[in-house]
Amino acid sequence: MARLLVGPFNRVEGDLEVSLDIRAGRVQRAQVNATMYRGFEQILQGKLPTDALVYVPRICGICSVSQSVASAKALADLAGITMPANGLHVSNLMLATENLADHLTHFYLFFMPDFTRGVYASRPWHAEAVRRFAPSTGEQTREAIAARQRWFTLLGTLGGKWPHTQSIEPGGSSRAVDQAERIRLLSKLREFRAFLERHLFAAPLEAIAAMRSLDELWAWHDAAPNTGDFRLFLTCARDLDLQLLGPGPGLYLSFGAYAQPGHSSSPHALASGVWRSATQSLVEPDALSITEDATHAWLEDAAMPLHPLQGMTVPNADKAGAYTWNKAPRLAGEVVETGAIARQLASRHPLVHDAVAQHGGCVLTRVIARVLELALVVPMMESWLKALQPGEPYFNAFQLPDEGVGMGLSEAARGALGHWLVVKNGRIANYQIVAPTSWNFSPRDAGGTPGALEKALEGAPVLAGEKSPVAVQHIVRSFDPCMVCTVH
Amino acid sequence: MKTGEPFNVLWLQSGGCGGCSMSLLCADTTDFHGQLRDAGIHLLWHPSLSLESGDELQDLLARALDGRVQVNALCIEGALLRGPNGTGRFHVLAGTGIPMIDWVRKLAGVAQHVVAVGSCAAWGGITAGASNPTDACGLQYEDDRIGGLLGADFRSRSGMPVINIAGCPTHPGWVLESLMALAADMLQAQDLDPLARPRFYADHLVHHGCTRNEFYEFKASAEQPSDRGCMMEHMGCKGTQVHADCNTRLWNGEGSCTRGGYACIACTEPGFQEPGHAFGHTPKVAGIPIGLPTDMPKAWFVALASLSKSATPKRVKANATADHLVMTPAVRKTRLR
Repeated sequence: MARLLVGPFNRVEGDLEVSLDIRAGRVQRAQVNATMYRGFEQILQGKLPTDALVYVPRICGICSVSQSVASAKALADLAGITMPANGLHVSNLMLATENLADHLTHFYLFFMPDFTRGVYASRPWHAEAVRRFAPSTGEQTREAIAARQRWFTLLGTLGGKWPHTQSIEPGGSSRAVDQAERIRLLSKLREFRAFLERHLFAAPLEAIAAMRSLDELWAWHDAAPNTGDFRLFLTCARDLDLQLLGPGPGLYLSFGAYAQPGHSSSPHALASGVWRSATQSLVEPDALSITEDATHAWLEDAAMPLHPLQGMTVPNADKAGAYTWNKAPRLAGEVVETGAIARQLASRHPLVHDAVAQHGGCVLTRVIARVLELALVVPMMESWLKALQPGEPYFNAFQLPDEGVGMGLSEAARGALGHWLVVKNGRIANYQIVAPTSWNFSPRDAGGTPGALEKALEGAPVLAGEKSPVAVQHIVRSFDPCMVCTVH
Repeated sequence: MKTGEPFNVLWLQSGGCGGCSMSLLCADTTDFHGQLRDAGIHLLWHPSLSLESGDELQDLLARALDGRVQVNALCIEGALLRGPNGTGRFHVLAGTGIPMIDWVRKLAGVAQHVVAVGSCAAWGGITAGASNPTDACGLQYEDDRIGGLLGADFRSRSGMPVINIAGCPTHPGWVLESLMALAADMLQAQDLDPLARPRFYADHLVHHGCTRNEFYEFKASAEQPSDRGCMMEHMGCKGTQVHADCNTRLWNGEGSCTRGGYACIACTEPGFQEPGHAFGHTPKVAGIPIGLPTDMPKAWFVALASLSKSATPKRVKANATADHLVMTPAVRKTRLR
């Protein structure tokens, strides 16, 4: 048995180290270590509840709006208020802008560059991958960064700046969009759609969104295998058998994204749900059954895993048996995977259902689900922008009680994000955050059960002489991890 | 512009959120890497942008430390985490077992310039909030006290102190122009303000160019989020005191905090994370905001404010507490001259 310590892991958000036990060219056991701690949950204690709206976006520079949305929802829950329709639409537009930017950034800057590595020099697609995706010189890398910059100008208007916008409030949006701005924003949506349709898909978004099965996807690929960047990914994926890499736990969690006004039966544009592959069943997530276990984290233990409203975060860097700053979140005691696959399973998208049925959650399925979301959500954003009613309110005034609790559940690009807060004497007595990568990159719990990535790495091939195995890199990055959110 | 050797930039992240890197990628250009190349800048390594991982980076760091690779600018993003108990173990550079503060101390010793990217690296920033559980500090400051990780006397090989490109996040234009100026040998000690921020952005105030200017003139004030009025009187806005050009050099195309409808919270200034009052409310004494515009004597401010309030046009007053124009400027034959 050989042991390999892989790090720093770059092209992920934040700090990550992976420890691997290797036998006969395969990973036997993996430990995932988030190597940094900042203590936002400690910093928030004693603050005025609304000050959380300044602090929490700064948990994360890549999904700061997601943190804002979860915090605003938790405060709204505490106050017992809702946003007016305009405020909800603007908040959704901002969250969608960030989530789609994350998918784009992940595909072009974080994930695809691994196919340009020297280890793949003999592959027929390698030269094309280098031409398109080599860091700093890739032609498509340049196009994608430029498209991303233009895309974020939506947030210049909607939120003043990105990251760390503070325009999302429990009562709605601090930025009211007028008629002329609405038209300008629509034109920017069209610009991004054009980028996706020209460069990523080489096809209309609606054609991608309408894919019903992997067979259909592969037939579409084979018709023009060199056209568009998504097809080149599929070429690489088939050649490298990426459907065999990084199997997930088969239990998927989505809290639901983009709450819609006046839709009591289907309150989210992307549904909430817990999908269990083994039984092909979909149920609503039970937030009361969420706990965090700190057994292997450098944090003080409770006697048992705690629900976030009871949760505590007290660092203990000398704790025996600990190997990460991340706690182990569990849903009714079970390990879950969260992210675009979970959202699309909950929303019953046929392509993702078919991919999961055939291959489970794996490197291939994770990338397909994210890319599909780009095709699905841009048209939704067009409809939300058109639904804005300038002149109608964007913000509802509210009063926070001096005592109470609040829960804010949302979806970041990487999956289910929850904020829980307890207020006493008008101050924050406790604030606990469970981020998507906290679920996916969980350490072992008290029962020794590995987290989703830890399990997904078992069996990964390690080539002779590899110190940062390329298969491990694909698997880790397929989750699009955000370590700064994880450890917060 | 100099020719010849590339200007090598090594970028590392510590106790922050990565937001300054994400902001950097929003730079207003159609060719991000081309712009760097044209300026002679070579990114030795950046956590979001480089292919090299794990052992490849560790090898690069070793070559930087023994002089085989020249580091022209060491850019640090995020606060330096000294805890617990001075060990630095709140942030260990993955794969190395060595605290990041030790890496930064060593690399700062070989770098031509040391650059703090963002308010965390400059002063400690948001990471140093409340009781500062990680004992976070900046490279050469702890809030507004000089010292920080490297100490008050630290000078990089160029003879310059740590250059503080403060902001939360920092603006991509501030970073790129600083690096380009350094690469072109156009940024000297005299180009830094008393807190070692580049003067080209820090000699301006956020107030300059604020679109709520007419409301400010008449002290016609916003009372809740989404109102159009001036946010200084009630909403905690510090734009008249804060050093940055946010309202003349816009964010993400056409934004700024005040244009987004929320207060300037002074994110380029040391200690902004603990204002001592609610971020969204203006502290006052006898109805007068305690934080008055830079350079303005208090008595004059009070006198002018009461005068301008009494002269506020009905239109400005009505619009200040609405989220859209409820009264538009009258159209008259004014015979403008």
